[in-house]
Amino acid sequence: MTTTKPSENLNIVIVGHVDHGKSTLLGRLYADTGSLPDGKLEKVQAICKQQGKEFEYAFLFDAFLEEQEQGITIDTARTFFMWKGRQYIIIDAPGHKEFLKNMISGAARAEAALLLIDALEGVKEQSKKHGYLLSLLGVRQFAVVVNKMDLVGYRQDVFDGIEKEYREFLGQFKAVPLQFIPVSAKLGDNIANRSEQMPWYTGATVLETLGGFQKEAARSEQPLRMPVQDVYKFDARRIITGRIAAGHLKVGDHLVFSPSNKRANIRTVEAFNIEPQPTEGQAGQSIGVTLDDQIFVERGEIASHQEHLPSVSTAFRANLFWLGKRPLEKERKYLLRVATKEVDCEVASIHRIIDTMDLAQQQGSNTVNKNQVAELTLRTKTPVAFDLSASFEATGRFVLVDEYDIAGGGIITELVHDDQEFLREEARRRDFAWVKGEVTVEDRAQQYGHRAAVVLITGGRHTGKSFLARKLEGRLVADGRHAYLLDGENLRRGLDADLSEEERGETTEMARRYGEVARLLTDTGLIVVSTTNPFGLAYQEAAQAIRTLVHPAPVIAVHMSKTEEEPPPNTDVALSGPTDFDGATARILDELKRRGVLAQAIGAKPVFQYSI
Amino acid sequence: MKHLRQLEDQSVYILREAYKHFDNLAMLWSMGKDSTVLLWLARKAFFGHVPFPLLHVDTSYKIPAMIEYRDRLAREWRLNLVVGQNKEALAAGMNHTMGRVVCCTALKTNGLKQLLEHKGYTGVILGVRADEEGTRAKERYFSPRDKHGDWDFRDQPPELWDQYKTTFPPGTHIRIHPLLDWTEINIWEYIKFENIPFIDLYLDKGDGTRYRSLGCAPCTTPIKSTAKTVDEIIEELRHTTVAERSGRAQDEGRGMELLRKDGYM
Repeated sequence: MTTTKPSENLNIVIVGHVDHGKSTLLGRLYADTGSLPDGKLEKVQAICKQQGKEFEYAFLFDAFLEEQEQGITIDTARTFFMWKGRQYIIIDAPGHKEFLKNMISGAARAEAALLLIDALEGVKEQSKKHGYLLSLLGVRQFAVVVNKMDLVGYRQDVFDGIEKEYREFLGQFKAVPLQFIPVSAKLGDNIANRSEQMPWYTGATVLETLGGFQKEAARSEQPLRMPVQDVYKFDARRIITGRIAAGHLKVGDHLVFSPSNKRANIRTVEAFNIEPQPTEGQAGQSIGVTLDDQIFVERGEIASHQEHLPSVSTAFRANLFWLGKRPLEKERKYLLRVATKEVDCEVASIHRIIDTMDLAQQQGSNTVNKNQVAELTLRTKTPVAFDLSASFEATGRFVLVDEYDIAGGGIITELVHDDQEFLREEARRRDFAWVKGEVTVEDRAQQYGHRAAVVLITGGRHTGKSFLARKLEGRLVADGRHAYLLDGENLRRGLDADLSEEERGETTEMARRYGEVARLLTDTGLIVVSTTNPFGLAYQEAAQAIRTLVHPAPVIAVHMSKTEEEPPPNTDVALSGPTDFDGATARILDELKRRGVLAQAIGAKPVFQYSI
Repeated sequence: MKHLRQLEDQSVYILREAYKHFDNLAMLWSMGKDSTVLLWLARKAFFGHVPFPLLHVDTSYKIPAMIEYRDRLAREWRLNLVVGQNKEALAAGMNHTMGRVVCCTALKTNGLKQLLEHKGYTGVILGVRADEEGTRAKERYFSPRDKHGDWDFRDQPPELWDQYKTTFPPGTHIRIHPLLDWTEINIWEYIKFENIPFIDLYLDKGDGTRYRSLGCAPCTTPIKSTAKTVDEIIEELRHTTVAERSGRAQDEGRGMELLRKDGYM
């Protein structure tokens, strides 16, 4: 047979328990399709001879000599072979318990999978775990290969028993394999050639099954999702880049960026060395667009059309698998990555650990150990745009980073409503209807030499909040900044005059009005300096409402206390004890510089890294 | 050519991730077909610009035509080219007769490590492909190296979907491999499709031989081939069963395994 190397690729992962014969299966596929390079076979045979052992097909795929000594595959390895007009990239994922992360890395890249079960051993814990994880990872196309049929006398009842048991297990999470195939990889039964030993099996061979796997269906028909990857300004063009995760877009489309609610129309689709210049893009493509309005958008936002917006919240429920060296702990902080968004998050609750053996649920754990699967709720520091995994794959899954490493991954199963939901919805409706003049936010920032922001000073009574606010306003204006002290008292007797005494005692409506005023002021390009004085002890609730309403303008939270107390979450500058007000002012200015609101030096051209 | 665009989309995504996450980023360019395709993909990703330096670890034993080609493209594409060389080893007379692994380690691995250390690069983009040889098949797209530049292939971080390892302890660095999924045929198909300039050492110029993989002159031998055009190369590759790097002496025995553990590209 001649091997003509074709152009189409398909990524296949082979998973299975250690010793179930993955490498042997691969060796067989290579040999029976004539895909071995000259010299490879001889090289492996020579090494076998040198080490005094019998040649096995498995050795072909164990590229490292050390592995051959151990007889197991250590890491995800890729090999290639051709069959009927298609090139298969085989990701060989090891089944050793401690190497689960490699299997997951391999499977996360795959378009289809072969799941190996040993006929002699039957359905083991590893097989169940692998089946469940494949489903969790989004590999929907797979077949089950029951290997070593020669060792059970090619008996149909053994095969049927395994098929029945495993189908039932997979059915619990709605996974449906394309095929169950009885094989002997060692002897070549039902790999490339139909087995003479098993006339009772009339289904597809392994090779035929591979041929039946489809290239991943294009997600172009779904609503648009383009997570912003980066914004470039290498030349006159300001290009928003990203990979379209779902749907399609074209020049002239009106895009909404979530969670900032920024909107603009696509002016051009940019590309290098493509003639004529493209005017559209679709799912899978890494593209770049320019917009008709110079809005600030940043990495992590999701562009969509206005009719089909992604969810926005600070909490969601998810199924997660943990691979970290140390266990996942409730209330510990992790870095969450959803599409291109990176945000600090905390494990709000661990609802249950899912035992992959029988999918039974263990309640009430405070930790998730390595290689466990759990159902949990995550809470993020700032609002995140996402989708449910059942509707959108790429924007419905996430990873958690613990210290330096990706330590877990999962899929989002449910939006959890947070207490900001109504205000966020108000902000979204208001922003969509916002009437703009000819002067853009960018124009104002360039003219003023700084970006808009809110400096919000929180803390208990008599900690010097008002005094610091006045001092900061004075310093900013003296430095040539455009700053304004928004004092709650001025709202109380004016804008809030229609509120009843009772309403004025509650935080909700007062904070809403206050937040909307701050939103107007930031739109004028001002740095708003403010305190939560009007809200008394409910300052945390008020601060959160203000954040939601002025979003995405940055809020710099300054907390003052008389004693060394733990500052509230999201505090940027914590001041305690008798305060040195000049020092405090300087620290706030530094924070404004760090956040990109102020340029590093007065008169210097500001480099803005945050959107407003 | 849809499959080439798919490979391109993935590589461009990886390059943009690298550029976003690494302040001190560089790309290795050996002027061979793979790293030149990689360079082209960078121009794709950044709309005609290459916003990081290109590093060439010069062993001094490269084929002269490669250096001419390097300098020409650097001029035409306005590249920020940084050339590194292990001058100490060369002064001490290092060459391949001292042993291939010894020579490769001194002039390439150590030359690269010196350059990385000197410039403090924390992200290095390389054009290695999984189908080239066994150890490269085990690579991640984002592959961490320890303080000594060594690769711990036994304990690699997980790589999930489009999420890569972009955070790392001080003193270590990450190798980034945007071409991991490309095959040798894909490289040539793409060179043809995009009309990318390449060194004519890859073509037969009448003596019935051409280079299939380029390295140092003493350790790279041409293969028997009459392929005079890219189309003929692709046709030849579709039928060959000879390994791509069979003309590379360093691959003999467990050469590449030893080299790559210590930080070879």
